[in-house]
Amino acid sequence: MAETPENKSKSESNEAGNTPTQSVVRDPIGYWRTNLTVILSLLSIWAIVSYGCSILFIEQLNEITIGKIPLGFWFAQQGSIYVFVVLIFVYALLMDRFDKKYGVEE
Amino acid sequence: MFDLSQWVLLASDASQAEGTTRVWTISLILVTFMMYLYIGWQSRVKETEGFYVAGKGIPAIANGAATAADWMSAASFISMAGLISFTGSDGLVYLLGWTGGYVLLALLLAPYLRKFGQYTVPDFVGARYYSETARIVAAICAIFVSVTYVAGQMRGVGIVFSRFLQVEVYQGVIVGMVVVAFFAVLGGMKGITWTQVAQYFVLILAFIIPAIAIANHLTGNPVPQLAFAFSEITVQLNEELSTLGFQKYTEPFTGFGNKLNVFCATAALMFGTAGLPHVIVRFYTVKTVRAARWSAFWALLFIALLYTTAPAIAVFARYNLIKSLHNSKVIDAVEEQVDGEPRTLYHLEDPNGTELTWAYSWQQTGLLHFDDKDGDGSINLAMKNRAGETIASEAVHIDKDIMVLATPEVANLPPPLIALVAAGGLAAALSTAAGLLLVISSSMAHDLYIHFFDPKASEAKRLTVGRVCIVLAIVIAGYFGIFPPGFIGEVVAFAFGLAAASFFPAILLGIFNRRVNRAGAVTGMIVGLAFTGMYILGNTAHKIIPGVETPWFGLIEDPNNYTWCFGIGPQGIGAVGMLLNFVVTLAISYITPPPPQEVRDLVESVRVPVGSHEPEAHFDEDDATHD
Repeated sequence: MAETPENKSKSESNEAGNTPTQSVVRDPIGYWRTNLTVILSLLSIWAIVSYGCSILFIEQLNEITIGKIPLGFWFAQQGSIYVFVVLIFVYALLMDRFDKKYGVEE
Repeated sequence: MFDLSQWVLLASDASQAEGTTRVWTISLILVTFMMYLYIGWQSRVKETEGFYVAGKGIPAIANGAATAADWMSAASFISMAGLISFTGSDGLVYLLGWTGGYVLLALLLAPYLRKFGQYTVPDFVGARYYSETARIVAAICAIFVSVTYVAGQMRGVGIVFSRFLQVEVYQGVIVGMVVVAFFAVLGGMKGITWTQVAQYFVLILAFIIPAIAIANHLTGNPVPQLAFAFSEITVQLNEELSTLGFQKYTEPFTGFGNKLNVFCATAALMFGTAGLPHVIVRFYTVKTVRAARWSAFWALLFIALLYTTAPAIAVFARYNLIKSLHNSKVIDAVEEQVDGEPRTLYHLEDPNGTELTWAYSWQQTGLLHFDDKDGDGSINLAMKNRAGETIASEAVHIDKDIMVLATPEVANLPPPLIALVAAGGLAAALSTAAGLLLVISSSMAHDLYIHFFDPKASEAKRLTVGRVCIVLAIVIAGYFGIFPPGFIGEVVAFAFGLAAASFFPAILLGIFNRRVNRAGAVTGMIVGLAFTGMYILGNTAHKIIPGVETPWFGLIEDPNNYTWCFGIGPQGIGAVGMLLNFVVTLAISYITPPPPQEVRDLVESVRVPVGSHEPEAHFDEDDATHD
């Protein structure tokens, strides 16, 4: 994604002073960069688990057994779904923290 | 597609043995319907905002439950476990395809669309791409996707009624229409949301309680997810299947084409899920951006409860079916009419000498079909004989829908649990239908009618138009439910493929890239739609268009033998269409002028949570000089 957040810093700070409904956004570039970093890290895990463990490398993982069934099969039918739930949980939790840190929470 | 008569036949036979089940079913359905109507009455609304987005006042956890009920349809509830049962390891396409999209929604779309506010997905597309054409394309796509989807839901309502209550399918559809109409017309999105919360609990209990009973009965472990991985059941199923000459259940790439096709089909369902308007619009209904993120979490948690149970049910059901049917003894063979053709039906008893009454009633529906080919008085499911040569199985046809609907009977569960499955199937179908109907109505009323013909309409008129449109949508859905077009199953591939190839890139780039402009997005959507649409149509023309005998692209139906596009079938082509859309949109955007300043400001404003109570953020004129 082509991003040039630098352009934005002045306008955000100008705007924050002028519009009474908006609270002061201390560092919009930092906030958006942090957001992008969090998204990219979590989506890498999402891709590795669903497309990697469950599809591309399922045969290799099936050599290993979890409980009584092959590991790749477990990822394909159970594990990936659990990871998805955890990923969204972590995202919501992290963004709560960053919303506060950057003063953009509602 | 199955026709009415088979279900009615089944129903009349079942009534003799299942008197108590019927009483239980009627009571449970009445109780749940009274509850839905009561909630609908309590949530009636007076303003447009309440009607389209529930006044943006739904708490995150409630929106999560509503989203889950909205998402899990009659297909998830009735068909998915059966589908996995016969696809084995490759059932991951559905399991991951229909859950993984929520990660994309939560991280990439929901928070920003909530910040944008307004009412519909076409609202965002129209505003971000400053284009009425884009808005119309989006509104028509939303209507098309939702209509194809809703037809199946009303059909599901009719089928559950006829199967469990011995009424005609059309009567069931009409009862379903009246109930949906009551809470949707009165309460709009608010009524729909609170009813869906109740429906979630009904459907999840109905799915999980029988699963626990069966898990406990088969493995001694009452938690289906644990029984699936840690008991011997999956291993035993593998052995049974090998003995019978089938592929092992856990063997990958045996049921859904090659690895690339599995990859693309999973991607198309994931990105399609994230692009479906009736799912996205749910995130407009919460109070804040923060609530949008948390409700995505609750939604997937609630969905995961069913989606991690389904693969366990799939294994239990396949195992049970083989155990009771393989080498079952023919007590009696009767000639009967099935689908207007004479067929031999068998009264069977399992190897332990118990009579299989369910097997006979399901044969009457045509969903189960045996043929004692060697005439030895027993049904042999094997694909190979003792010498290892391939032979035709004596189970000619086992329909996937039987796996969930008949499993409580196969496992000899008590009548209240069988009745619960009926109430759950209805809850799943009604909740999804209601959410889709709202999208159809808001696209027709808000995006097309009000926007183009009567932009100055008063608040009262807008609400009336919305209500009229939802009634219209219910009538359309009911019509397709009673007279289903034969190609509904094929068209669902369309819905996901088109959502992935059109909405998802347009919305994602609209948020994450300020440079993408009208020319790029509109061309990208059209290219994505045209490519995906043509490929699916070319592959399935013989099923969709009357009079066409073979698919135009010369492909064969067998998903293991797609020869075009590296073996990618119509279910997976949406992923390719989406890539095309991304490439075209970016390429054209960078060679044409950037979008106007107010659009760039809009993008900036959706990226920050603060101020989401304001419909649009206002920026200073001098902002223009910074870009």
